[in-house]
Amino acid sequence: MNKFLKVAGIFASLALISACASTGPDVDTTDSADTMVDTGPSGPVPGTQADLEQSAGHRVFFAFDQYTLTPEAQSTLAKQAAWLKEYPETRILVAGNCDERGTREYNLALGARRAEAAKSYLVSLGVDAARITTVSYGKERPIDPRSTEAAWSLNRNATTTITSTGA
Amino acid sequence: MRVEQNLGEQFSGGLKESSDMKKFLTILLIAVGVFVSPAFAQRATIDITQGNVDPMPVAAPDFIGADDQTMGLGRDITGVIMNDLDRSGLFQVIDQRAYIQKPESVNERPRFADWRLIKAQVLIVGEVQELSDGRIQVSTRVWDVYSDEQLGAVAFKTPADNWRRAAHKVADFVYKTLTGESGYFDTRVVFVHETGPKENRVKRLMIMDQDGANPIPLTDGLNYQVLTPRFSPTQQQITYMALFDNRPGQVYLFNIETGEQEQLGNFRGMTFAPRFSPDGREVLMSMERNGNSDIFIMDLSTRRLTRLTDNPAIDVSPTMSPDGRRVAFTSDRGGTQQIYTMNANGTNQKRITFGQGRYQTPVWSPRGDLIAFTRQYNGRFYIGVIRPDGSGERLLTESYLEEGPTWSPNGRVIMFYRQTPTRRDGSGGQTQLWSVDLTGRNLRRIKTPGDASDPAWSPLLP
Repeated sequence: MNKFLKVAGIFASLALISACASTGPDVDTTDSADTMVDTGPSGPVPGTQADLEQSAGHRVFFAFDQYTLTPEAQSTLAKQAAWLKEYPETRILVAGNCDERGTREYNLALGARRAEAAKSYLVSLGVDAARITTVSYGKERPIDPRSTEAAWSLNRNATTTITSTGA
Repeated sequence: MRVEQNLGEQFSGGLKESSDMKKFLTILLIAVGVFVSPAFAQRATIDITQGNVDPMPVAAPDFIGADDQTMGLGRDITGVIMNDLDRSGLFQVIDQRAYIQKPESVNERPRFADWRLIKAQVLIVGEVQELSDGRIQVSTRVWDVYSDEQLGAVAFKTPADNWRRAAHKVADFVYKTLTGESGYFDTRVVFVHETGPKENRVKRLMIMDQDGANPIPLTDGLNYQVLTPRFSPTQQQITYMALFDNRPGQVYLFNIETGEQEQLGNFRGMTFAPRFSPDGREVLMSMERNGNSDIFIMDLSTRRLTRLTDNPAIDVSPTMSPDGRRVAFTSDRGGTQQIYTMNANGTNQKRITFGQGRYQTPVWSPRGDLIAFTRQYNGRFYIGVIRPDGSGERLLTESYLEEGPTWSPNGRVIMFYRQTPTRRDGSGGQTQLWSVDLTGRNLRRIKTPGDASDPAWSPLLP
C-alpha cells in the first residue's frame, strides 16, 4: 500500500513535469507521455540502490561546519529507516562528506561526525546498528566540483549506499 | 694550492639506496691559510631574524671546468646554486652578463675591484674537476668583496650524476657562511600529486628535491588516495593517511629506501592526521571512534597506542614541540576550531588562539619558537605563525584556500598548498605548492609536475 502510494506520487510529479514542459514552444508532448510509460511501470528494481534513492533519498545535507541533522535530513532518514525495514537483509554504508571550506584533517573528522549523526538517527528509528557501517571522506569526494555556495551545500552530506542486499 | 685537508666525513644513511653507493658524498675542507686575512673588516653577514631584509647582492660566475664535461657541469651547478640563493629571498643574484672578471681558477685571488664595480657584496667562485676514480670534485670559495676576505671554502666529491646534490650542499654552505644558520637546500619534499577531475581525484605520493627537481612517484594511486604525508625527522620514512573506498582511512608508514609500506595498527575507526615525534620513534595521530576523534600517540617499536585526549569534541592535527615536551592540536571543543597545547602525556590542555575565525593545522617549528597554522576567517584562508604561548600571531599569506604548512628544517621557510577557485563551469581550480619565509615577503611557487598538495619537508639530507 505504502509503495503504491509512492509510485503514484512519482507519476504525479512526472505529470507535473510534462505539464510544465508542454507550456514551452516546440515541445512534442508525446515525448513526455512516452517517458511516463517507460519509467512508470518498470521503475527501479525494488530493494536496490536506485529504489532507495527514489523512494527515500540517499543523501542528507548539512549546514557549514555542522553535523546536526536538519528537519529535512531527519525526514529523509526516516524514509530511509522505513525502506530499510522493508528490506531487512540490506546492509548500508553511510559516508560523511564535507565542502572544501575547511582543512583536510578537520574535514575528515567532521565527515565522521556527519556519518555517525545519520547512522545514530537510523538506529534511533529501529534500524539494527550492525547493518550500518560508516566512513568519512572528508572533503575528498565532492559531488559538485565548483567553488560556489550551491556546490558546497551539495558537498556537505551524508550519503547512504547499499553494500549488500543480503541476496 | 691543492686540497690539503680531507675531513673524510662520509654522509651516511639517507640515500644509500643503490648498492654501488652512487649517491655517496664526501666533504672536504679546502685549506684556508693562504688568502685569509685577519678578520679586521666587518664581514658580510645576513641577520635573518630581522623582519625586513635587503637581499644581499651576490655574484656567482659559472663554476670553472677544464673540459666540456666539467664546464657543462659547472654551468649547471652554478644555475642550481643561484636558484637556491635567489629563492631564499635573502640574496639577490646579480646577472652574469654584468660580470667583468672571468675567474680562471678557484685558487686565484679575485679582482675585487671588478666585483665592487657591479655592486656585488659576496662572490662565489667554484671549480669542477674530474677525479681519477671518475667522480667529480666541486670546490667553492666564498669571498667578501668589500673586505677582500675569504669567508669560507668547501669542496664536495660526488659521482657526476649526483651534481645537483653537490650544488645544493654548496648553496647550504653559502647560506650558513652568511647567516650563521644551517640551510635547507639539500632537502626533499614529499607531497600529494593530484590528477583527474575533483569528483574522482587520483592522489598519489610523490617525492622531489626541495627546488622541484627529480619528482618521483612513490605510490600508484590506484587503490586509495594518499593524504597528509609527513617526513620523519630522523629517517627516510614517511607516514601518511590512505583514504579507501567504503572503509575508514588508515595511517600508513612508508619506507622511502625500500618502498615497503605497512598499516600502523588495524583499527575499527578511522586513523588520520599522523605526524612523527621529533625523535622519529613515535607517531601522533587522531583516531575516530563512533564519530568522535581524539588524539593518540603510537610507539613505533611496540605499536602501543596511548590516548592523549578524551573529549567529546573533535581533536585533530597533533604536532609535538622539538623538545618532545608539548603537543599542539586543533579542537572545536570551544565551539569552533582553535589551537590548544598540552603536555606530551595529555595533561594541562589549554587554548592558545583567541582570534576570530578558525585556527587549524598547527605545526611546531623545528626551532621550537613558533607554531605555523592555517586560519580560516571571513571566507578566506591564511597561513600564519604564533608563539607557543599564544602571543605574537602573524599572518604571512592569504588566499581563497590554502592550508597544510610544513617547515624547512631550519625553521625559516614554510611550504603549504594553495587551491584556486574553479571557473563557473567547475573546471580549473589549480592546486599548487608555495613557500613563504617568515617575513611573509618572499612568496614563491614550487614547481611540480601537475597539481600538488600536502607538502612535507624532509630534514637536511645526511
